[in-house]
Amino acid sequence: MARNITYQQAIGEALAQEMERDETVIVMGEDVAGGAGAPGEDDAWGGVLGVTKGLYGKFGDRVMDTPITESAFIGAAVGAATAGLRPVAELMFIDFMGVCFDQIFNQAAKFRYMFGGKAETPVVIRTMYGAGFRAAAQHSQCLYPIFTHIPGLKVVTPSTPYDAKGLLIQAIRDNDPVIFCEHKALYTIEGDVPEEAYTIPFGEANVTREGDDISIVTLGRMVHVAEEAATALAKDGINCEIVDLRTTSPMDTDTIIESVENTGRLVVLDEANPRCSIATDVSAMVCQEAFGALKAPIRMVTAPHVPVPFADNLEDSYIPDAAQVQQAVLTVMGKNG
Amino acid sequence: MSDSIRAICMPKWGLSMKEGTVAAWLMDVGDEISSGDEVMDVETEKISSAVEVSESGILRRLVAEEGQILSVGALLGVLANADVSDADIDAFVTEFQANYVPPADDEEDEGAATETVEVGGRAIRYLLRGEGGVPVILVHGFGGDLNNWLFNHEALAAKRAVYALDLPGHGVSAKDVGGGSVADLAVIVHDFMAALSIETAHMVGHSLGGAISLKLALDHPDNVASLTLIGSAGLGSEIDGDYLAGFVSAERRKDLKPHVEKLFSDPALVTRQLINDLLAFKRIDGVQASLEAINAAFAPGGNQALVLRDKIGDLTVPVMAIWGAGDQIVPASHAEGLPDNVRVEMMAGQGHMVQMEAASEVNRLIDELIG
Repeated sequence: MARNITYQQAIGEALAQEMERDETVIVMGEDVAGGAGAPGEDDAWGGVLGVTKGLYGKFGDRVMDTPITESAFIGAAVGAATAGLRPVAELMFIDFMGVCFDQIFNQAAKFRYMFGGKAETPVVIRTMYGAGFRAAAQHSQCLYPIFTHIPGLKVVTPSTPYDAKGLLIQAIRDNDPVIFCEHKALYTIEGDVPEEAYTIPFGEANVTREGDDISIVTLGRMVHVAEEAATALAKDGINCEIVDLRTTSPMDTDTIIESVENTGRLVVLDEANPRCSIATDVSAMVCQEAFGALKAPIRMVTAPHVPVPFADNLEDSYIPDAAQVQQAVLTVMGKNG
Repeated sequence: MSDSIRAICMPKWGLSMKEGTVAAWLMDVGDEISSGDEVMDVETEKISSAVEVSESGILRRLVAEEGQILSVGALLGVLANADVSDADIDAFVTEFQANYVPPADDEEDEGAATETVEVGGRAIRYLLRGEGGVPVILVHGFGGDLNNWLFNHEALAAKRAVYALDLPGHGVSAKDVGGGSVADLAVIVHDFMAALSIETAHMVGHSLGGAISLKLALDHPDNVASLTLIGSAGLGSEIDGDYLAGFVSAERRKDLKPHVEKLFSDPALVTRQLINDLLAFKRIDGVQASLEAINAAFAPGGNQALVLRDKIGDLTVPVMAIWGAGDQIVPASHAEGLPDNVRVEMMAGQGHMVQMEAASEVNRLIDELIG
């Protein structure tokens, strides 16, 4: 039976249900059990945003606090995965991935290939991304395009509580390394989520709104920005179709092409920096596969090519908003003068 | 005079519907309307369908405008006889609008919440609407749930208590289907009646739910007051085995959609939301195994395992078979040559989900049979 819970609760519930179902599932990361010197106390945090709160009490040593050494515990998680466990490692901010690229890019992503298909690495790395929290340039980036670039990794960017739970359970059951990207601004949003465990397959985009005039392909937090823009545009008689990618690797190219072939127009909305991003990737794919369907040039709405600013006013203008999406849609529709 | 003026109101299709968008009027002022006619297309988040009226008269006033979003129960239009004056209709509309109160947000919790009952160790979800009389029990088909009756439940509940349940392995009932055969499921439905202290009920079953209701009626004739079988299984061995296998095996939207389209005479009714809801159900842990178990016991090798055609003549209560003539799942020919005690209603142009697509007519027939 579905009830209304937050994105944060949906993630915590997915972890608890999978740990209950499969004793090889372990959780590790900074403060995930409760913090230094106080593992599992009732008032313990459970990760920096409390997502894993309560797990230590239920599952004990299967929830491990790690030192503040991402390169070490991500390496340990990858190694544990090759040795038969299903670790879910929480790497607080996606910005910190830089110190453990080798463990992810050269080890986890490559084992299946380099051992002739005989090695499996069922590790999940949960991580927070995105701007809007006054957390400055080293704690606010959208780095999922970097992981999307690497064959051998699967990359997930849920936009709703329902998707977060189903995609995380799928990630844990998946036999390949998964980078599970959670947007900071989404933890408090609510939505209907079934109590039971369920999965959502990777590579299946979700059309969250149907429309005939223009396609907006987007992901993560930007799905909600697209909805806001589409609601405003509908009042002017412009019907947007919104495609939520859900996973950037694998990417559901069929649904994107099907939508663009129907509407003939495309705006790609991505919070990441503009170069080599999901926006450029989707645009290039559509140009190659569905150019004949396009009635107008594609527009990309992204953050600018600068680090995330710390000043409030600059950060606010950095993040793509509904007004920018509306302007882009009007431009593609030929209604902007 | 105002007794001869009837309001056409925004219907409530399913638990979650709070409002609907007026997509288009299908009739105009002055048109003669008969019971069962479709007067308007309405769209909701979940479903788009036509509003069917259950009364007759001349359409005298279009109150709702196309594109308008209106709450459940809001006035859409006015039916009256030709001799009613325009002034009386104006007065009726004014009075209706003055007294109309949109349903409160929390009404769902108070008035139309599903309940759960323990039946032989399984949690069975059901929805009860209406009260009194000999109750009706609505039993959905394979892969369905109690929402399959969203166009019937409320209408039938106007005169009596009406229960709709989720069979095991379906909706949010327990995933354990036992043996999964028609006979096994009939025992569970009978136990469901006992658990709710329902002595006697009018059974209404669709597809697999028809076979279950028929089996229950044959095994427990004293507990059944009448039997309505809609596009029912149990009356012949043929069934579209490809549909059953395809429904069970489909994991993605594009694989599932062509199978679900076979259920309806109008494939446009298969909205993205409908497919998403079915996929969300199929993706819950345990559902796949439940569906496989039922399919294996119900229709092994693509043929129905239990055919009760020869026994239906033994029933002494009123029995009716309603079929869409264009049913692509269970052939309408199964309605031919049934014994005389079975009233057969063949509905031209309809498919397997006839209770959804021709709801008013099906509701009228059931009301007529039950009396």
